[in-house]
Amino acid sequence: MLRFLLQRGAQALIAAFGVVTLVFFIQRLTGDPTALMLPETATQADIEAMRATLGLDRPLWAQYVGFLGDMASFDLGRSFVQNASVWEIISSRIPRTLQLAAGALGVALLIGLPLGLLMALTAGRTISRWIMGLVLACQSMPTFWSGIMMILVFGVWLRWLPSSGTGTFAHLVMPSIALGLLSLATYARITRSAVVDELGKDYVRSARARGVGPGRLVRKHLMRNSLIPIISITALEISQLLAGAVIVETVFAWPGLGLLTVQSIAARDFVVVQAVVLLGAFVTIAANLAADILYSIVDPRVRLAGQ
Amino acid sequence: MTAQAAHLPRWLRAALDWWPAGLLAILLVFAVLAPWLAPLDPDRQNLLARLKGPGFEARGAVYWLGSDELGRDVLSRVIYGARVSISVAFMSVILSGVVGVTVGMAAGYLRGWAETILMRLVDIFLSIPAILLAIITVAVLGPGFINVILVLALTRWPRYARVAYGQTLAIAGRPYVTLAHAMGASAPRVLALHILPNIIGPLLVVATLEFGLMVLFEAGLSFLGLGVQPPTASWGSMLSTGRNYVGSAWWIATFPGVALFMLVLSANLIGDRLSDRIGKGHG
Repeated sequence: MLRFLLQRGAQALIAAFGVVTLVFFIQRLTGDPTALMLPETATQADIEAMRATLGLDRPLWAQYVGFLGDMASFDLGRSFVQNASVWEIISSRIPRTLQLAAGALGVALLIGLPLGLLMALTAGRTISRWIMGLVLACQSMPTFWSGIMMILVFGVWLRWLPSSGTGTFAHLVMPSIALGLLSLATYARITRSAVVDELGKDYVRSARARGVGPGRLVRKHLMRNSLIPIISITALEISQLLAGAVIVETVFAWPGLGLLTVQSIAARDFVVVQAVVLLGAFVTIAANLAADILYSIVDPRVRLAGQ
Repeated sequence: MTAQAAHLPRWLRAALDWWPAGLLAILLVFAVLAPWLAPLDPDRQNLLARLKGPGFEARGAVYWLGSDELGRDVLSRVIYGARVSISVAFMSVILSGVVGVTVGMAAGYLRGWAETILMRLVDIFLSIPAILLAIITVAVLGPGFINVILVLALTRWPRYARVAYGQTLAIAGRPYVTLAHAMGASAPRVLALHILPNIIGPLLVVATLEFGLMVLFEAGLSFLGLGVQPPTASWGSMLSTGRNYVGSAWWIATFPGVALFMLVLSANLIGDRLSDRIGKGHG
């Protein structure tokens, strides 16, 4: 187990290092990142001052080593636009995005899993096809459109829910649904195929032959065995949700990391954009690592296969 | 298949089965023939006809789907928007597909160091949530038609690389591949003539599903103001405007969204059908 953990941990570190490198070079695609960090009204003197502050007059390799050093010591830099440390700026927004992501994940799991199960148990029947149609519709619905349509119906016409901002539970409902729809579709499909796979196995047939009813079959036999693909998809979904938050937060004026990113691009506050992207990538890597470890606990074959 | 459908003639059933392809074809026709099908000039402003509802008539012109905040015809803009969505998605799928498949096949066939480096690179790209990678790159390069295509390709090639890699690994050990190699065929020749034709099926499935995703990404970037720039009509930027007028002019956001939804849905349904037929060899 220790060897497995070390191996996966090392892979995660390599991925994190690669991400930092990639982000560093993307910023230098146009040659001079100062152009991204200063307002359009900046004078040549401002640009020179900024170049010196950021160490951009140094050779590229020296800048790269410096950047790696900053990242290794969790120094995300300082925003010149807001004159505050980037960590301060983003840490105030993190709880909001987590709230939204949790809401969306809740919507996706609570609706997606039962729908997937129902599709598997009614496979080949009309109801299964109808649910699949619904799931595909959720998957094809752009979040910003479903968000706007919900605002129109529940915010403007019916006046049931607030159309933007935060504060109460009611504020969380529409953004969570908008963000959760895509994940809902993913969960429903994964659950369906996992359960269908399990249904064909011998132990399910013998359980049925012994007279085990459908309720007990699902609870005692199918759920646990179908869990593996569902766990792995959750790791992917977490990063999807963070990315999706950029758009959903913009639609609902939800003051999380996503809205911050969009505002920072508009304000040419590039250090903040970079920090959010890195954070998103690190969360993805960590979630994948966590999924690998969970896997190996649920199913020891995963851990032993590599040895 | 419902009970009624079973009585229909075979050709009609087949046609019904492939309705998503028909829907996609209709949207394609709209995109290609936009200048002839759009009732009005999509960029023509009419400040006297601002924010008018569907069916509004002004100076002999009918705004079937209403007008936007500058008095432009929503229907014409939706029709022209199809051009942006479809062409950006198509080109980014081609570009990311070519890059990804080349990388994946090379990694799967050459093995060794090339495999380690290339596939690690794929892992790194996949570690950054795609839309965030796209946003940061567009923020660096600047928005615009070509840049959006480049950025989407940069973001999505690893998906093809993964699939092509796995498929190539499975095929590379087959006797006919070894034979071709032994007879002196070069690596590019083996890859292009002996491996590619055998792995193209799953790759097509991925490309179809990616097409839908690229349409969504392009619209998402435009929605955030990072896509194709105004005044060019794009569904994403129309939705962004529509968001601001959702209380007073629902039609601005509704119709481009319907078009977007139909395009993505048809691509996803086609992808699903293809994957049912071709098998589950995709990632």
